[in-house]
Amino acid sequence: MTAPTAPTTIDSDEVFTVEAGGTTFELVCGLEVHAELATATKMFSGAPNRFGDEPNTNVDPVTLGLPGTLPVVNERAIELAIRFGLAVGAEIRPSVFARKNYFYPDMPKDFQISQYDQPIVVDGSIELPGGHVVGLERAHLEEDTGKSTHVGGDGRITGAEYSLVDYNRAGVPLLEIVSRPHVRTPEQARQYVAELRAVLVAAGVSDGKMEEGSLRVDANVSVRPVGTDALGTRCEIKNLNSLRSLGRAIEYEARRQADLIAAGERVEQQTRHWDEDSGRTSKMRSKEEADDYRYFPEPDLLPVTPDPAWIDAIGAALPPMPAARRRAVADAAGVVLPDETVALIVERGQDSQALDAITAGADAARVLVHVSQNLAGEGGASVAPDRLAALIALETSGALTATQAKAVLAEMVGSDATPEEIAAAKGFEAMDTGALEAMVDEVIAAHPDEWETFRTGDDKARGKLTGFFVGQVMRASRGQADGKAVTDLLRRRSGA
Amino acid sequence: MGESFISAREVAAGVRAGEWTARHVADEHLAAVAERDGEIHAFLHVDPDAVRAAADRIDAAVAAGDDPGPLAGVPVALKDNLCTRGVPTTCASRILEGWRPPYDATVVERLVAAGAVVVGKTNLDEFAMGSSTENSAFGPTRNPLDPSRVPGGSSGGSAAAVAAGFAPLALGSDTGGSIRQPAALCGVVGLKPTYGRVSRHGLVAFASSLDQIGPFTRSVADAALALDVIGGHDPLDATSSPSPQPDHLAAVDSGVDGLRVGVLSEMLDMDGVAPEVVARVREAAEALAAAGAEVVEVSVPAVIYGLSAYYLIAPAEASSNLARFDGVRYGLRVDAPTTNEMMVATRTRGFGPEVKRRIMLGTYALSAGYYDAFYGQAQRVRTLIARDFAAAYERVDVLLSPTSPTTAFAFGDKTADPLTMYLNDVCTIPSNLSGDPAISVPFGTGGDDLPVGVQVMGPALAETDLLRTAAVLEGAAP
Amino acid sequence: MAERITRDDVAKVAQLARLALTDDELDTFTGQLAAVLEHAEDVAALDLADVAPTAHPLQLGNVLRPDVVGPTLDRDEVLAAAPSAEDGRFRVPTILGEAP
Ligand SMILES: [Mg+2]
Ligand SMILES: [Zn+2]
Repeated sequence: MTAPTAPTTIDSDEVFTVEAGGTTFELVCGLEVHAELATATKMFSGAPNRFGDEPNTNVDPVTLGLPGTLPVVNERAIELAIRFGLAVGAEIRPSVFARKNYFYPDMPKDFQISQYDQPIVVDGSIELPGGHVVGLERAHLEEDTGKSTHVGGDGRITGAEYSLVDYNRAGVPLLEIVSRPHVRTPEQARQYVAELRAVLVAAGVSDGKMEEGSLRVDANVSVRPVGTDALGTRCEIKNLNSLRSLGRAIEYEARRQADLIAAGERVEQQTRHWDEDSGRTSKMRSKEEADDYRYFPEPDLLPVTPDPAWIDAIGAALPPMPAARRRAVADAAGVVLPDETVALIVERGQDSQALDAITAGADAARVLVHVSQNLAGEGGASVAPDRLAALIALETSGALTATQAKAVLAEMVGSDATPEEIAAAKGFEAMDTGALEAMVDEVIAAHPDEWETFRTGDDKARGKLTGFFVGQVMRASRGQADGKAVTDLLRRRSGA
Repeated sequence: MGESFISAREVAAGVRAGEWTARHVADEHLAAVAERDGEIHAFLHVDPDAVRAAADRIDAAVAAGDDPGPLAGVPVALKDNLCTRGVPTTCASRILEGWRPPYDATVVERLVAAGAVVVGKTNLDEFAMGSSTENSAFGPTRNPLDPSRVPGGSSGGSAAAVAAGFAPLALGSDTGGSIRQPAALCGVVGLKPTYGRVSRHGLVAFASSLDQIGPFTRSVADAALALDVIGGHDPLDATSSPSPQPDHLAAVDSGVDGLRVGVLSEMLDMDGVAPEVVARVREAAEALAAAGAEVVEVSVPAVIYGLSAYYLIAPAEASSNLARFDGVRYGLRVDAPTTNEMMVATRTRGFGPEVKRRIMLGTYALSAGYYDAFYGQAQRVRTLIARDFAAAYERVDVLLSPTSPTTAFAFGDKTADPLTMYLNDVCTIPSNLSGDPAISVPFGTGGDDLPVGVQVMGPALAETDLLRTAAVLEGAAP
Repeated sequence: MAERITRDDVAKVAQLARLALTDDELDTFTGQLAAVLEHAEDVAALDLADVAPTAHPLQLGNVLRPDVVGPTLDRDEVLAAAPSAEDGRFRVPTILGEAP
C-alpha cells in the first residue's frame, strides 16, 4: 500500500511571511480535521454516540474490544461521509477499511479501524469567505478513541501518578478531513476551519462543537524561502482546541522553523504539541520514533461501494452550502465577492431573509445593511420580507432617514404594525427641504472657522468636517434630518 | 449405559418423544466425563450442576408440551475460544484465565435455542495456534483412541470429547485445519463450513479471514443437523453469508450417483503424506465410484503454495487480533510502573511460546518494508488458489484428499521444530485460503490401527454435496 | 526477495508487539522465524504482478447496520472484570507518551 502523494501548493493573494537571517520565508500549511459524526450510534456497533454521559456507560462488547466481538459498519456514518463529500464537490469512491496497529490504553483493540489507501471521499475543495480556495485531498471514516484522565502531578499526562480511562468516546464515528497544503496564512487557517465547520453543520454531518471535541484540528506546517517551489520539511502540530490556538500555533511554528533554517540548522520532521499558556510548540516525537502502524485491510469488514442511486438521492436532499449561499446573496444584491457583509449574513443564516426582501423589491444595499446590522440581535430577529421591503421603500423615497428606519425596524420585530404606523406613532416625518436648508445655514453661521476650512480645505479636511456639520444638523433636528440630504446641501453651499 | 455413544439425532428424538429425559442423558455423559476426563483432559471447564439445571429446563419444556428443538437434550462441548456468558472462556491461555464473557457467541445462542445442553468448554492449542493441543497453557489433551498420542489440534479437546463419548456433538474452530485434522486423528467427523456460513460473532479471533466454526460428530448426519442449527446469516458478523441455508440433514442420504469426484493429485504427492493415508484416499475414491460417482484425477496446482501463504496471512492477522490482550480491560495484568511496561510484562507472561512466535512472525510480515513481499504476496497466492479451485470445480463437484498427512502422532514428536508441526496442515489449509467448505470423515486405519481421515472439499456453499459424499464414505468405510 | 531475518529484526518486532525476549529466546526465535520465512520463499519468489490480492474469501460488500441504539453493558460488571478500576473508569499506570 502506498501513501497518497503530496500535491503542489497553489497561489494565494496573501501569503504569510517571516524574516529570518536576511531571508524571507513563506508559510505552507495543510490541515487535518477530525469531525465526530452526528449519528445515534457508534461507527461499528449500536452503543450510543452521546457526549457528556457517566464514564463507561455508553459501552457494549464491541466498544470495549472484548474478545470475539466484530465490527459492523454504521450505514448512517457512510451516508454522512457521502453528504460531506458531495457538499465539498468531492468524488465518492469505493472504500476499504484497514487496521492501524498501535498500542495505547485508550484504544480498546490496540488497533484503530480506519480507511487508509482507499478513502470514501477524494479530491474536493472548500471556498473560504475571503475568496481563497483550499483543496481537499481526502476524507476518510474511522473510529474515535476513549479518553484518559490523568491523576496526580499537575493533571497532565507527564508526571501523573496513574491514569483513568473512559471508553464512552471509543468507537464514535470520525471523518478525518485532510486538506492540501493550500493554507498560506494563519487567518486562512482560521477561516478554513470556520468554513469547514459551517459546511459540516449545514450538511448535518457533525454538530461541529469544538469545545466538546466534535471538531479537532492538527496543522502540518512548513516554511520555504519566498520564490522557491520545493516544500520544506513539515511538522504536525497537535492540540489545537480553538481557532485562536490554531492561528497562534501556526504563526509560532513558522517563525520557529524559519529561525532554525536561518541559523543553518535543519527542520526535523516531528509531531509537536501546542501549549496555549506558553504560546509555544514542543516536540512530542520525531518521525523516526513514530510507530510502524502495520496497516492491512480489516479482515472483519467488506469493502463499501455505495450505490450510485443512493449517492444521487443523498445529493438531491443536500441543502445549499455556505459558498453557494454567499454567491446567491451577492448575485441578488449585485455585490462582488468576497464581501464581508454577505459572509456575515450567510454565517448567521440570515440569507433567505435577505434574499426574500430583495425579491420583494427592496433596495438590495439597504437590505444588506438592515439585515446584517439591525437584525443581528438575539438569535436572528426577523421580520417578514414584504414588511422589510415596505420599510426600505419608505427609506429610499426619503420619507424616513436611515436613523429613523433603524428605529422603526427595531419596533417591527415582534409587532404586527406596518412601518408607516410605527413611524407615525414615533412622530417621524421627513423634514421639508426649506426647513432643512434653514437649519444648515444656521449651523454654518454658528461655525465660521470650520466652514472656512471646509470650503477651502483638501479632500481629507472636507471629509472630516462633513461628519462634523452633519452631526451638528442631526443634533439640531433631533435626528430627523436625512444625512445624505445634508451632505448634498453642504456641498452646494460651498460651491463645490 | 450406552447413551453416551448414541448420536445427537437419537438423543434428541428420544427426549422429544419422552423416551428418556434430558437429565438422564446429561447424567450419563457427566458420568463418562467423571470416569475418563481425568486421563483425557478434553475439558477445561465443566460445571455439573449447571449441566443438570440446563437439562432440567429441557425436560420441563417437554413436560409442558413444548418442543425444545432439534437438539433437545443433546450434550454439546464447546471449544474454549467460544464466548459463553458468565462461564470462563480462556482460549487455553494464561492471559485470559478466569475471564467470564458478558455475552454469548451466536453459535452458543443458536445451540441453546435448539435445545442443546452445554456440557463444558474444551481444551485447545492456545488461541487455536497448533495442531496437537500440546500448546494449551493448561496441559495437553490425550487421544481417547491411544492416550500416548495427541488428539490433533487445535480443537483437540472437542475432537477428543466426541471420540470419548463425553458428548455426541462438539464445536470447534478451523483456521487452517483445526477441526478436520483432530477429527481425522480421533476418528470422528469434522466439518469446516464455507467461510461466512456460520457466524464468527463470539469466536475469539485467531485469523479473521480464515476462521470458521464447525461441528465434530460421530456421524455425518449429526454434522448436517448441527450445521442446520448453527448456520445462517447473523447481522452481528459483517462477513456472514446472506445466502439462505438448504436443509443439509435432508440431503445427507441422497447418495453420489452421477456426482463428479476429483482426486486432488498434488495432495497425494506432498512431502510427508504417509503411504497408508494415500492408500485410504484411493480406496475411498473407489468406494465412491462403486456407489455411482464419476471419479477422475484432478490437479489444483496452486495448493502447493498454500502452507507458505497461510503462515504469512494467519500470523499477520493474529498479531493484530491478539494486540487487545494488554492488561487494561480484562484478563491478566502483570503490574509495572508504566502502562507500556505493564503491557509488555503482561503479554510476555500471558502468552505461550507458539503464540509469541506467531505474533512476531505476523508483526514482521506486516511491518514497513516487508508488507508487499510477505502479506501482499500471500494475498495474491490466495487469489491463485481460489482460481485453481474454481477451475477444478468446473470439472468436478467435489475433491478428495487426505485430511492429515499421518495418523495421530506421539506427544513431543513434532514440537522441536515449528515447521514440522505446521506441515500437518498442508492438506487442510487450501480450503481456508479459498474459503470453501471441507469435511473430514473417518475411512479405515493406518498401519498402527489408528484412524485415517479422508477430506472431501467443494465449492462455496456446497456443503450438501460434501455431506452426501461423506455419508457414502461413512457407509463404505473398511 | 526479502533478506534473511536478523536478530535485530526480531528484537524490533518483539518491541512492536510488546513482548520482552531473553537473549536465548531471541536466538531461538530468530532461527525459527528464519526457517518459516525461508519456507515462504517459494511464495515470495513468484511473479504475481498481474494477480490481484484477495483480502477476503467472501466476494461481498456493502454490509451495513442501521443506526439504531442497541444494548449496552452493565458498568459494574465490566469494571469488575478489569484488572484495576477507579471512579467508574479503568485504571492504568503512568502513560509515558501521548497517543500517536
Ligand atoms: Mg491524522
Ligand atoms: Zn485520524
